Amino acid sequence: MSLESDQTRRHFFSRCGLGIGGMALASLMDPGAMAATSASRLAHLLPRARRVIYLFMAGGPSQLELFEHKPKLNALSGQPIPDSFLEGKRFAFMDSSFKNRSTLLGSRRTFRQHGRSGMWVSDWMPHMAGVVDEVTFVRSCAADLFNHAPAKLFMNAGSGQFGRPSLGAWVNYALGVESNELPGFVVLQSGPRGPRGGAVNWTSGFLPSSFQGVPFRSAGAPILNLASPEGVDVAQQRRLLHAVRDLNLSRQVETGDPEISTRIANYELAARMQVAAPELADLKGESEATLKLYGCDRDKPSFARNCLLARRMAERGVRFVQLYHADWDSHGGPGQNIEEDLAKVVHEVDQGCAALIQDLKARGLLDDTLVIWGGEFGRTPMGEVREKTGRNHHIDAFTMWFAGGGVKAGAVVGTTDELGFNAVEDRAHVHDLHATILHLLGLDHKRLTFRFQGREFRLTDVHGEILTPLLA
Amino acid sequence: MSVRLHPARAFWRAACDTVCLPHGGRLPASLVWLLCGLFTGSTERVWAAVDYLRDVKPLLTQECVKCHGATQQKGGLRLDTATAALQGGKHGTLWRARDAGSSLLVQVLEDRHTEISRMPYKRAPLDSSAVALIRDWIQAGAAHPAQEEPGSDQHWAFQAPRRPSVPRGFPHPIDAFTRQRLATDAILPSSEADSETLLRRVFLDLIGLPPTRDERQLFLADRSPGAYERLVDRLLASPHYGERWGRWWLDAARYADSNGYSVDLPRSIWPFRDWVVRALNSDMPFDRFTLLQIAGDLLQKEELPPGVDPNDALVATGFHRNTQINHEGGVDAEQFRIESVVDRVSTTATVWLGLTLACAQCHDHKFDPFTQRDYYRFFAYFNSTENDGHATAANEALNVVELATPAEKAKRDALRASQTLEDADLESWASQALRRRQVAWEGALEAPAKAKFSLPLQEALSTPVPLRSSGASNRVWAAFRDQHPEFQARRQTLLGQRKALPKFTTSLVMKELPRPRETRIFLKGDFTRPGERVEPGTPAVLPASPSPSSTNRLGLARWITAPENPLVARVLVNRVWLQLFGRGLVETENDFGSQGSLPSHPELLDWLATEFVRTGWSLKRLQRIVVTSATYRRSSQERGDLMDRDPTNRLLARQSRLRLDAELIRDQMLEASGLLDRTMGGPPVFPPQPSGLGAFTQSDRPWVVSKGSDRYRRALYTHLQRSTLHPALTVFDAPDAFQTCTRRLRSNTPLQALTLLNDPAFTEFAQSLGRRLAAGEDLSDSQRIELGFQLCLARSPTPVEEERLVAFLATERAQIPDPGPGVWTRVGRVLLNLDELITRE
Repeated sequence: MSLESDQTRRHFFSRCGLGIGGMALASLMDPGAMAATSASRLAHLLPRARRVIYLFMAGGPSQLELFEHKPKLNALSGQPIPDSFLEGKRFAFMDSSFKNRSTLLGSRRTFRQHGRSGMWVSDWMPHMAGVVDEVTFVRSCAADLFNHAPAKLFMNAGSGQFGRPSLGAWVNYALGVESNELPGFVVLQSGPRGPRGGAVNWTSGFLPSSFQGVPFRSAGAPILNLASPEGVDVAQQRRLLHAVRDLNLSRQVETGDPEISTRIANYELAARMQVAAPELADLKGESEATLKLYGCDRDKPSFARNCLLARRMAERGVRFVQLYHADWDSHGGPGQNIEEDLAKVVHEVDQGCAALIQDLKARGLLDDTLVIWGGEFGRTPMGEVREKTGRNHHIDAFTMWFAGGGVKAGAVVGTTDELGFNAVEDRAHVHDLHATILHLLGLDHKRLTFRFQGREFRLTDVHGEILTPLLA
Repeated sequence: MSVRLHPARAFWRAACDTVCLPHGGRLPASLVWLLCGLFTGSTERVWAAVDYLRDVKPLLTQECVKCHGATQQKGGLRLDTATAALQGGKHGTLWRARDAGSSLLVQVLEDRHTEISRMPYKRAPLDSSAVALIRDWIQAGAAHPAQEEPGSDQHWAFQAPRRPSVPRGFPHPIDAFTRQRLATDAILPSSEADSETLLRRVFLDLIGLPPTRDERQLFLADRSPGAYERLVDRLLASPHYGERWGRWWLDAARYADSNGYSVDLPRSIWPFRDWVVRALNSDMPFDRFTLLQIAGDLLQKEELPPGVDPNDALVATGFHRNTQINHEGGVDAEQFRIESVVDRVSTTATVWLGLTLACAQCHDHKFDPFTQRDYYRFFAYFNSTENDGHATAANEALNVVELATPAEKAKRDALRASQTLEDADLESWASQALRRRQVAWEGALEAPAKAKFSLPLQEALSTPVPLRSSGASNRVWAAFRDQHPEFQARRQTLLGQRKALPKFTTSLVMKELPRPRETRIFLKGDFTRPGERVEPGTPAVLPASPSPSSTNRLGLARWITAPENPLVARVLVNRVWLQLFGRGLVETENDFGSQGSLPSHPELLDWLATEFVRTGWSLKRLQRIVVTSATYRRSSQERGDLMDRDPTNRLLARQSRLRLDAELIRDQMLEASGLLDRTMGGPPVFPPQPSGLGAFTQSDRPWVVSKGSDRYRRALYTHLQRSTLHPALTVFDAPDAFQTCTRRLRSNTPLQALTLLNDPAFTEFAQSLGRRLAAGEDLSDSQRIELGFQLCLARSPTPVEEERLVAFLATERAQIPDPGPGVWTRVGRVLLNLDELITRE
């Protein structure tokens, strides 16, 4: 209970005589030491990954056009789906577009096997095809909610209800913020619009707000209010900070409240962030070869550029980076068909994803960085006919892939039935994925709890089994 | 007291509590971990001597009496009095004084007995500090009174508060209780805060604004007895009181100005916000305040409390319309209706009862005596409103109140009806008066004029009249008619009239169905798996309503505020206390169940609760009692002598420094910079915010900055868009309004520093403050610095502070080629970034 921690805190100050401000500053000078202390204290298990880069494909990518090769589905294309598959299922837009149009739709993509692992990848992802030996595909992912906003929340926070902490917030809460000049949880966005639900996807929920995701903007100052006010130069800002620090210090002496020292330390941290974040966002130090690898421009916002930024964040100790790319929602409406429209979206991410894996590996970062790729759900084996052809939301089997820290390289986990409708082996429910991700970070999902409204909350609620076939 | 916890849970909880320090702030996460790491396992006990009644008995009552008390005597043993425990059961006496190690009680708690299982049987063991407490007590002689009331196996909070007698010797009852408690540990309270600090404290706590210079002078000059009490009365009578405490209630109500979920359309429910402010300003008795919010729509006109406007009784039910509304297509509407009901159940239980009833949605409560059946009986009260969780045009229009008198509405309706008539009139007039001129018009049309028409119209015109389709005919007729000056004039008049139709403000309200919906228990909480049918009812473990009342929300509201309800008054006074001291007498303000913490001052809590009811549920009287106590007025300075004995200040030897709520931070700055517009109420306003916030959401909604002084209204009136709350509010922990919030976190982060340093809005405040400081010809630098401190902190600077600002001023002047008054903007920035400005001392 708080008695203890508060007491120890004051006890500590009275002992060290230094004031927590000095303590904070001293510790921040040596973030490595600090991180080691917190991690060794908190990790329940030996961590396999220290950080996460999560490529969130907002809208729900079609596994059947990318990674799931189903010859039987192609053979039965145009036929109604056998009733046995549909029993007890609920679907989005159930009345208007589902029941009468639930004929199977084969994929028009060409699938080939790639790499030593012989992984099936469609012709739309030539770059990913080149790195399959670094990746494990989980084909048996399953979720509970089939509408975008709640499903995204579910994938991020283990619940479709608004207000629960997201994975990135939990991870930072548990492991601490590693960087001494950047936030521990950064969110990037590319594509025509932000993900449905917006900030609730990276909220800290009932956890302290310092663990929430900080949106990194692709134009202007990367973090809100990062730039000094107009007309205030660096020197002036520094003089201001010094005056504020001195006056705060004198108040601390008056009141004895260590909270003031924390505030002083946070002003120092803010000042460092003012330097570090623009430096991070500035790609002029990146070689032409690197830019070419990612297929991105130094300045023009894109998913690939965000991937490069994610690597730079990984290098700088950002614990959790989440990249959103919209829009994968291929219902078959205008701009949503699973032919040219979807091809465009796939093309936007293919090279960046592959480059990120290669680049992390080349720099020795892949070993302790967990890369995750996936949407809030997948798409149905049945077609959906609107103006053109698409597929509906599907939560019973879809594909995500994982690479890096602690996961197998060049493997497949889980199988689906011959139509790709249900996961039949090693079903990986969202709660299981969360349990596994935490496990890879050295955290026991059952012990990572926070008391709120009289209850101990977990990311995995009362569920979650570790997906051992995924572990290296 | 420490409740028992698994070691891992205790650790996590300790970690969390460090992060959200009850007295106001937080360490950087990394430091928290370091400190936790270094110090877990250190002693938890803070009080000197263990007292049986205060320390041991509650523990035994909570942990043992269920099986060893009045109802059951397992092993022939009772622990509900010390005498009975000493008598023992079939294994003999429970303890030997001064020999803890060989005492049976300690052995079974520590799992050292050869025959008896570890106690509490089949439940988590007591944590080490609790066992140590019992050991210490036995070791010290196990003193206990000869006569005592048997401990009841009924949880303390489920028993009605009994009004304790006030200890003698102190003029103020609150001080009598706190001083008595301090005396048992021989702790002397801190002295009263100095007048300036106290003045600012009570201003911030009661009206949320700092004292103006005039108010300060008035107070400091008044040396007559009762000056402080008179100040308190003035503040309680201020209209700004309702704004300050209204925001407190709106947290609980999860108030926001948008519908939430992914589409998050704006909504009109601000009349509810204004109603709360008015109700608090008029000191509406809390039982009535409750009744109207839960069931105002169900009161017959003659049942309305005197002076309550019928529309207000509806607006008040907006409390439970602060749930989200989903506009997403393709979803199961029933699912979102249920979500709203679920939210209403857990919010009602949390806000009024301090209960975690939500835990029983999927299964019986694991710790408290609530069954899943209890949950769904409670659920049934809220299950009979229109579907308001998923929006369609139809139900949206149904579930609002129009803020107009019946006469005004009747007039509008009549007007509207007459206009519809005239619409038709216009048409028939046109076809009679103009139709015959159409042919001439067509004939006179020249090619260039025709070329400007739309393609379909050109096509229609080139078709001979007999061959035209009806669509084509209509098209030509409409084109002709629309260009006719007389038609245009008549239509203009009509449009003008329509525009003149009065539009009334609306507010979301609860709307009961004519016939109640059937409620069934949902298996595992899943609404697709309905089980047994249940009728509305209150939890079995709590006293039922004394008189049979209706089985709808009205009945529920009456049950909540019935004198028999043991929880409501306690829960409420505890939350008021939490606001004024930074932590409640019961620390878990939202859990008065068995997993919550025990009150630090049980008698004080019960005295306040009974006093609250006795004085007519008056919040203002309650607050007056609290803020006039010496306990409230003490200095908040940390005390070295208490760091070990009472590090978290539970014993209230002093006050606590508290970081201000997000809204109050903005309000302080507005007031200091002279920009504050004190206008109250009305639709939400849109103060400036950084652009591009919506880029990370589904639909980037425009944020059109309010014009004029609406930019400078109190933060209470800022438009609250759930998916993109104003960043200056979020960064200082304003709640997200997705669920009820009964206690805000108080974080301390670098992003807060960035906001205060660089946010354009705060820069604007600094500029305005700078102008105020620079104004006036004949002021010295010192006088201006004094002014700045007065405006921002309501006190004079210390010599050290003044010296530092003089030095700052000199440096800045040296940097500017032509140092004009602009240098005072820089001083303003310094002042607006001080920790003290955003802190209640």
